[in-house]
Amino acid sequence: MDQKEVLFDYILHLADNSMIIGQRNSEWCGHGPVLEQDIALTNIALDLIGEARSLYQYAAEIKGGNCTEDSLPFLRDIREFRNLLLVEQPNTDWAYTIVRQFFFDVFHYLVNKDILDNSNDLRLKEIAAKTIKESTYHLKWSSEWVIRLGDGTDISKLKMQTAVDDLWDFTGELFILSETEQKAMDLGFGADLKKAEQLWHEKVKEILNEACLTIPSTDFAQQGGKTGIHSEHFGYILAEMQFMQRAYPGLEW
Amino acid sequence: MTNKEWPLWEVFIRAKQGLNHKHVGSLHAADQTMAIENARDVYTRRMEGVSIWVVESKYIHANEPSEQDALFDPANDKVYRHPTFYILPEELNHM
Repeated sequence: MDQKEVLFDYILHLADNSMIIGQRNSEWCGHGPVLEQDIALTNIALDLIGEARSLYQYAAEIKGGNCTEDSLPFLRDIREFRNLLLVEQPNTDWAYTIVRQFFFDVFHYLVNKDILDNSNDLRLKEIAAKTIKESTYHLKWSSEWVIRLGDGTDISKLKMQTAVDDLWDFTGELFILSETEQKAMDLGFGADLKKAEQLWHEKVKEILNEACLTIPSTDFAQQGGKTGIHSEHFGYILAEMQFMQRAYPGLEW
Repeated sequence: MTNKEWPLWEVFIRAKQGLNHKHVGSLHAADQTMAIENARDVYTRRMEGVSIWVVESKYIHANEPSEQDALFDPANDKVYRHPTFYILPEELNHM
């Protein structure tokens, strides 16, 4: 991979993370447990899809040709998506959705913070500057829900602990560097994941402790998303997300 | 399983620095922290505000609608309470 290809692939990884978790959260639209949280989660979904859009625009400019901000999310196939396995996991219930969001928010915040502070790519820094404000709020929101439900009733605690235990297997992948991430770091535009890993564990520990939840002791890490090996859920996400463009190519509205 | 409704909160938003907080509506939330976050998400999505106040609706006391006549009608014919009998200097435009 030359530098341009690394940058393109790295941007796709960032964009796909936000796009897919945004798509997942948007499934809650109209189904939230209460009106206020339905709106809150939809706002978050829109923030993330908006961020993905900025990144896809950048990626499309690098790629050139027929590539556009729309063709990237709507016309690529499963193996070409670079997102983490964590973000494609199903909503299941409110506890899973909150825990998934919390694990992602901490990661998302740290990656963008490092890009903002240290990246040598001006465009990535600009996008990160906007993202970090949104991400700060997302993290506050999900942290408070983790604490509220973890340190809540017996039932809410049980549901949260189950979600933490199940989703924990997908958190190892966050910090296992793909070839692209390693090169992006070496070239000076990618986030430093070694530093982020330590900070992620500190923050997660702090919040889960406050929430009276137990951090799983397993080291097992389910991985593959960053290189295009996705879980069985992913095809269904794309089927729904891409249906219009697949059925009616070039459709606009 | 207990199914308790969250309490109702009234939301006040200040649109700009220097203006007063204005009542914009109400929402449900479990406590004050959640109420402010919910207010942020429900009432400031289109840049409506720079500051949020919330107060639990039960702490707002209102007059009895049945006392309407006794409370408000007596002011009706007290026209002298409006400062309309003064001659204002030309320079004063915003009285």
